[in-house]
Amino acid sequence: MSEIIKQNDEKIMTKITKDLTHHLTTRPLGFKLWIGFLLTFIAVAIWAYGIQFEKGLGVTGMRDYVSWGLYIASFVFFVAVALVGMLISATVGLLKQKWIVPVSRVAEMIALAFVLMAGVIIVVDMGRPDRLLNVFIYGRFQSPIIWDITVVQVYILISFLLLFLPMLPDLAIIRNHMKGDLPKWQWKMYNILSLGWVGTPQQYKILHSTVRVLLILIVPVALGIHTVTSWLSAMTLRAGWDSTIFGPYYVTGAFVAGAGAVAVALYFIRRFYHLEEYITDYHFDKLGQLMVLVALVYLYFNLNEFWVPGFKMKTADAKHLHTLFSLHGEYGVMFYLTQMFGLILPIIFGLFRRFRKPFPMMIIGIALVVGAWFKRVIIIIPTLIHAYLPIQNVPESFHEYDPTGIEITITLGVIAVAVLIVSLLAKFFPVLPIWEIAEEKGVDIERDL
Amino acid sequence: MSQEITPEATSRRNFLKRFGITLGAASTVSGLGLLSACTNDDEMVSLLTTDGKTVQVPKSQMKIDLKKMEARGREGLPGKKFVMVIDLAKCRNARKCMAACQGAHHLKPEQHHINVLRMENDKRTGFYFQPKPCMHCDNPPCTKVCPVDATFKRQDGIVLIDNERCIGCRFCIAACPYSARVFNWSEPKYVEGDDDRVYDIELNVPQKKGTITKCLFSADRLRIGKLPYCVSACENGVYWFGDANEDAVTNGTSKETTRLSTLLEENAGYTLMPELGTKPSVYYLPPKDRLFKYNYDAETDDWMKLHDKEAEAKS
Repeated sequence: MSEIIKQNDEKIMTKITKDLTHHLTTRPLGFKLWIGFLLTFIAVAIWAYGIQFEKGLGVTGMRDYVSWGLYIASFVFFVAVALVGMLISATVGLLKQKWIVPVSRVAEMIALAFVLMAGVIIVVDMGRPDRLLNVFIYGRFQSPIIWDITVVQVYILISFLLLFLPMLPDLAIIRNHMKGDLPKWQWKMYNILSLGWVGTPQQYKILHSTVRVLLILIVPVALGIHTVTSWLSAMTLRAGWDSTIFGPYYVTGAFVAGAGAVAVALYFIRRFYHLEEYITDYHFDKLGQLMVLVALVYLYFNLNEFWVPGFKMKTADAKHLHTLFSLHGEYGVMFYLTQMFGLILPIIFGLFRRFRKPFPMMIIGIALVVGAWFKRVIIIIPTLIHAYLPIQNVPESFHEYDPTGIEITITLGVIAVAVLIVSLLAKFFPVLPIWEIAEEKGVDIERDL
Repeated sequence: MSQEITPEATSRRNFLKRFGITLGAASTVSGLGLLSACTNDDEMVSLLTTDGKTVQVPKSQMKIDLKKMEARGREGLPGKKFVMVIDLAKCRNARKCMAACQGAHHLKPEQHHINVLRMENDKRTGFYFQPKPCMHCDNPPCTKVCPVDATFKRQDGIVLIDNERCIGCRFCIAACPYSARVFNWSEPKYVEGDDDRVYDIELNVPQKKGTITKCLFSADRLRIGKLPYCVSACENGVYWFGDANEDAVTNGTSKETTRLSTLLEENAGYTLMPELGTKPSVYYLPPKDRLFKYNYDAETDDWMKLHDKEAEAKS
């Protein structure tokens, strides 16, 4: 009897392993072109950064009044998307939702790539990147920037561990079964990275409890990074930022962006790696429900953020709201388009089951991610356009903010690096957790290895 | 001449070395930094010794220690609490203050440590000109957010910026509600001699690319007992400057000294945006009894036009 079960187990296991590791062995032309495209983009961005490094931040559209621009907006965007690791793995995972099994690793890959780029773009925004070490030499803990740096570093560490540790059994499976199928260097890489994983019951026990501890730990840390990121704005006296709900406003906004990013990544992974059997409509349906939920919460915070000052119309707040809500305001059109495509329409479509299918979810996901980026621009820049005191005796360019080509190129370049990291991770590592899926299908994995 | 260094001069040098560069001497040196463009290595410079005598020392022997300059610049002048009072009734937008400031701090035309703003609080109350330096707040929002302690408040209440340490994150610009901070977005204005100058934290010269610059209440002038550049340059008696601990302020134009408390009390002095809790060290006297007339033309809904016409008629 047990012999039969074992044979059956082995059959299932072989199939799962083959399906989920097939992409490790292939190098399709499309993938090469995609990587080449990203690398070209990144190369141009590095060249642009060289100019900025040489000539100073004057090559950007930022000036004394709008002194933060696309870079800081993108920084907030990166941190926001990175929060998805916590949303999916921790928040939903700790609630014992089974549907996240094939989603969580993708979420962690996105989280790690984007939080790393958050660190990079902050350096890009520095007037004196050569003095980066000053932050560690003279760092004073009273400054929110130091809180941010600290908590981002912790988040990078935990995200890395949450990606890497649950991958150990998979790496061991590849090491054990795929020696002949892979280029030598690739097999060696898995061999080293599997850290000699054998798969004893005790090892699994340690792995389970470690991951559980990390999942609990990442909740306050993730709330921490985005709350502190919001405080970079909220701790100032500026109308539009001077808000007590900025922490939760940012966090819920981040969940929306993250859910969108995962939907996009899942769609393409499913399509290109032919994983339709493992990432099913069911998963997109669940992801869609989660997306609607977090978007509704975000909508609620949006209402608070704009309606409360809008009712009172204090002088400075009124000026700020005018830039956003009046179609004649500098950011009026962008504001309405972003709120419509990045929040309202996704909620409406997401309510219907027929739109919670892979393809519509991918489209909604793109709208959410692009919308999230523009929303960060809307949060950061319009506030700076209106100072308390009149802006006078400065050139016309100081009154507004027009990002330059160099600035846009660098920003897109950093985004390209994030996408590149996700692409490479998803290409060279099992993108779905083999052992967890096997476990789900009733295979006694501890015996198989 | 410089080749014949007499034993006397050498001993004087030793004397100076023994005592280190004293406070008075050092400030003379920093003052002389302005002249450094026209000196060469062998030129003699005048130094004030501790006993009040002037001695000649070859310039090559003078060493200004950046670290010492920074240390004393961060410490400030003990027992002082500098304040400025700006009489808006007197300001006629002559902008001598702005020019003097930009000259002293090597600023580009669009960079203002002090900026004269045309204020229009309400259509029916007329406009006035409001010089706006850094408020040197007692509760400065800018220093709170600085991650590296590059901007800081000294014991005499002056908020300075150390452009040898600033990383250029511009958080302080975002934090300052008075828009008092300026950034060197590209290569700063070059003034001859900037290359050899040791950075003076109390003057923030030479300016550096990628760092913040701001009004310093002319801390370098205060150290040698002089009024700030803007205060001295004003022709209209707008500025009063002094020490709140002594309760005395001096007018930059008339050089008249008066009690700070009386001046503020009798003229209903106020600070900008007190509701923000920044506690500025710059006070304003309201723009009453202005030196020029303002008029409101209800038909054209315009202030400036009439004012310009009046000016034209006068000229």
